Amino acid sequence: MQMPKIWLFCRISAACGTALLLASCRNVGVLDPQGPVSAAEKLILFNATGIMLVVVAPVILLTLAFAWWYRASNKRAKFRPDLVYSGSIELVVWAIPAMVVFLLAGVAWIGAHDLDPAAKLKSEAKPLRVEVVSLDWKWLFIYPDLHVASVNQLMVPVGAPIEFELTSATVMNAFFIPQLGTQIYTMPGMTTHLNLMADHAGSYPGFSSHFSGDGFSDMQFVVQALPALEFAAWLENARGGSAVLDADAYNELAKPSKKVASRSYGDVDPKIYEYILQLAAPMAAATPEAN
Amino acid sequence: MGKLTWAAIPLDNPIQMGASVFVMLFIGSVLAIVTFKGWWKYLWSEWLTTTDHKHVGVMYVLLALLMLLRGFIDAIMMRSQLAIAAGSAPGYLPPQHYDQIFSAHGTIMIFFMAMPFMVGLMNFVVPLQLGVRDVAFPVLNAVSFWLTATGALLVNMSLVIGEFARTGWLAYPPLSELQFSPGVGVDYYLWSLQIAGVGTLLSGINLVTTILKLRAPGMGYMRMPVFCWTALASNLLIVAAFPILTATLGMLLLDRYIGAHFFTNDGGGNAMLYFNLIWAWGHPEVYILILPAFGIFSEVIATFTGKALFGYRSMVMATMAICILSFMVWLHHFFTMGAGANVNAFFGIMTMIIAIPTGVKVFNWLFTLYGGRVRFEVPVLWAIGFMVTFVIGGLTGVLMAVPPADFVLHNSVFLVAHFHNVIIGGVLFGAMAGYNYWFPKVFGFTLDKRLGHLSFWCWLIGFYVAFMPLYLLGLFGMTRRMQHYANTAWQPYLIVAEVGAILILCGILATIAQLVVSIRSRASRRDLTGDPWDGRTLEWSTTSPPPRYNFAVMPCVESQDAFAYMKAKGTAGVIAEKYESIELPGSSPNGFVTAFFAVITGFALIWHIWWMAVLGIICALLTLLAFGWIERVNVEISGEELARDARARMAKVEPV
Repeated sequence: MQMPKIWLFCRISAACGTALLLASCRNVGVLDPQGPVSAAEKLILFNATGIMLVVVAPVILLTLAFAWWYRASNKRAKFRPDLVYSGSIELVVWAIPAMVVFLLAGVAWIGAHDLDPAAKLKSEAKPLRVEVVSLDWKWLFIYPDLHVASVNQLMVPVGAPIEFELTSATVMNAFFIPQLGTQIYTMPGMTTHLNLMADHAGSYPGFSSHFSGDGFSDMQFVVQALPALEFAAWLENARGGSAVLDADAYNELAKPSKKVASRSYGDVDPKIYEYILQLAAPMAAATPEAN
Repeated sequence: MGKLTWAAIPLDNPIQMGASVFVMLFIGSVLAIVTFKGWWKYLWSEWLTTTDHKHVGVMYVLLALLMLLRGFIDAIMMRSQLAIAAGSAPGYLPPQHYDQIFSAHGTIMIFFMAMPFMVGLMNFVVPLQLGVRDVAFPVLNAVSFWLTATGALLVNMSLVIGEFARTGWLAYPPLSELQFSPGVGVDYYLWSLQIAGVGTLLSGINLVTTILKLRAPGMGYMRMPVFCWTALASNLLIVAAFPILTATLGMLLLDRYIGAHFFTNDGGGNAMLYFNLIWAWGHPEVYILILPAFGIFSEVIATFTGKALFGYRSMVMATMAICILSFMVWLHHFFTMGAGANVNAFFGIMTMIIAIPTGVKVFNWLFTLYGGRVRFEVPVLWAIGFMVTFVIGGLTGVLMAVPPADFVLHNSVFLVAHFHNVIIGGVLFGAMAGYNYWFPKVFGFTLDKRLGHLSFWCWLIGFYVAFMPLYLLGLFGMTRRMQHYANTAWQPYLIVAEVGAILILCGILATIAQLVVSIRSRASRRDLTGDPWDGRTLEWSTTSPPPRYNFAVMPCVESQDAFAYMKAKGTAGVIAEKYESIELPGSSPNGFVTAFFAVITGFALIWHIWWMAVLGIICALLTLLAFGWIERVNVEISGEELARDARARMAKVEPV
């Protein structure tokens, strides 16, 4: 007679589980890499987890098994109060974690070098330079070679390495596009470097991942990875705009604001990035290249 | 009155005002009951001015439990906000309020819940385990506690007067600089931590001295209970790390108060310096919390399996290895700051190396269970729950020590899930295990077992339900400290997390119910033997609760697990031939009075009321000096009285 109740429970659980899975398929961030950096990082994430599970999963099972088998009421379990030291067991318990760590250390060393945010990506395509500025509370993207700029929207060509130089106009933030990989801090008066690439066309969410004050939650932007032709069309269109990013326009933009709609500048003062660095950290004796 | 005006009271915020009124009513009713029942004299002489390490320990734990409630209310408010603030819904907490809540939650849970809980347990247990009569500096011990309580009071005052920091629990500059946080919130944070930090440092010095210099005859280092070893490691870390915290926060204070430029954007300051310094304290801090918990689990598992801990020497070596290594890993908190590949790889690998001694500990607990006779009392449930949960937290921690993995997981709710996994699954489970394990020793009666089980299961299941969704959300790309989010696909997970928080609430309520039920039925659950669990270490060799002097005759230690050895040899609980009189430190109002002036000083500094600050600091220093110079009144207990007590105790136990 208990069956129907259990069935009902199973069906509700299954329905909830399916709903969760379906819901998660819409956008799966780090698990849905769209570029070489994020793909490599996801692989490392899975490999490292797998290596550790080889030890961790048996430890969990053994803990439960030992606790259950050696319960005081179990007459069949052998009580061994003298088992308090064993040289061979000691050797094994030091060796197992040491070997796992040895293996993982290799993964970490190679990974840290291969995926160094500042390391340029190898590609046939011509790299695109983008200067990124985090402001209260929006993102400014300057394309120094293309002489355009945009706010809260980042257009990149598919398959071309993007070389980011990043700084902050006010407090620290972190620049992160989960589907393209590696996040990096933006810091006032300093420049950090990041290299990413999109392998597939699409639009990917980006945001600040380092808390920066009241408007932080809306510090979102969209990355559009466009095929070459569409990117060229966007560029043409953007250049047609009348807005110019110079010191005055920047000072206006720099005023704190939340939930800022995306927009673009048709022309850019070539010295604007240096101006922003200076303005954010006046009297910084020499602007150190954080790298 | 400096910056203080009537506008500082947030009359426009119903949540804050409601909470303030509730807290005021609670404090008022407690004071009324104390007055009505005529308990003031008892309270003053036995508790507020006590120098007894046991009473100080109890007050630490009481403070921790109160702050657990406060911190948990913050937590469930955040979970509720995130369960509803999806898509375009703003939720019920505006960012200005939400930002204060997550900052207060972290600050309170680490500094005023986890720290006092562990320090309190160490205070109570370490002298008893070492077989001595008090800590090395009993008056200083009371001062330490009252300074910690001062910090907790100041943090909670920010609820009623002014605001708390809106910067996160580590108050990273430049956001925490005057330029970006002109309010008093960051000052509340800084001064309460500065004052509490001094208390913690003094307590660390005290316990290190106690362990190094005061041990029962025969108690060599390699005969110390593992909990004492972990307490030693933890307090060495306090002594080494807390000055860094004080200096770092001091520099930020100078930036904010006299226009210095340590971490500011202008004037050549650099926030990266703060990141390095705060984590040079912050990473050892997590080991300050977890090492005593490791000690508690070692004691609990050994006691309830009925055998000595497996691999004692390994355990000691692992503890000290963690103690040293914990200072060499701080940079893993900011791999994404753009340091080069070599630096990141070095700190990543150093971090992983800590997993070796930690792994050894887990294996040693495992082999202690092996061949044991496990009695499933409440403390051992927490220990087994810990072993299963903590290795998962360890896994995700080592995962984030791999720099490329951290590049995508840093600052995400995956990180939030990881550190709650080790702080709840490690520190809090340890604290609860210790609370259930030593409660009969502290008060002389056992805690209710059924409600203890209920509390454990609610916490364990609640933890998994609350934080496993966060691991997933972190992988989906959800970052931490968001007040609302556009991606509605995340909402189901956050609702599940809310359910988990409610389960944890049930666990907390069960713990409170356990306490109330046990107190009401204490007559039937008296522990007359002093050894309800068949314990192995010296704290179980004296009565429950232990007398003021702990041991009538200093125990003579001949082995590890000294009390188990005595029981096996039949030398436990024997009336001594001769009792010598004991001199004990009398009570001292030093701590309480100093803390009173410290509250005034802290409050005045926060609100820039300079005359009051000067007055407060002068009074506090004068109090310290005056009590330091006054001839201490020591209490002497005669040998005859001790012999009488011992015979009375034996008479109670014998008939059983």
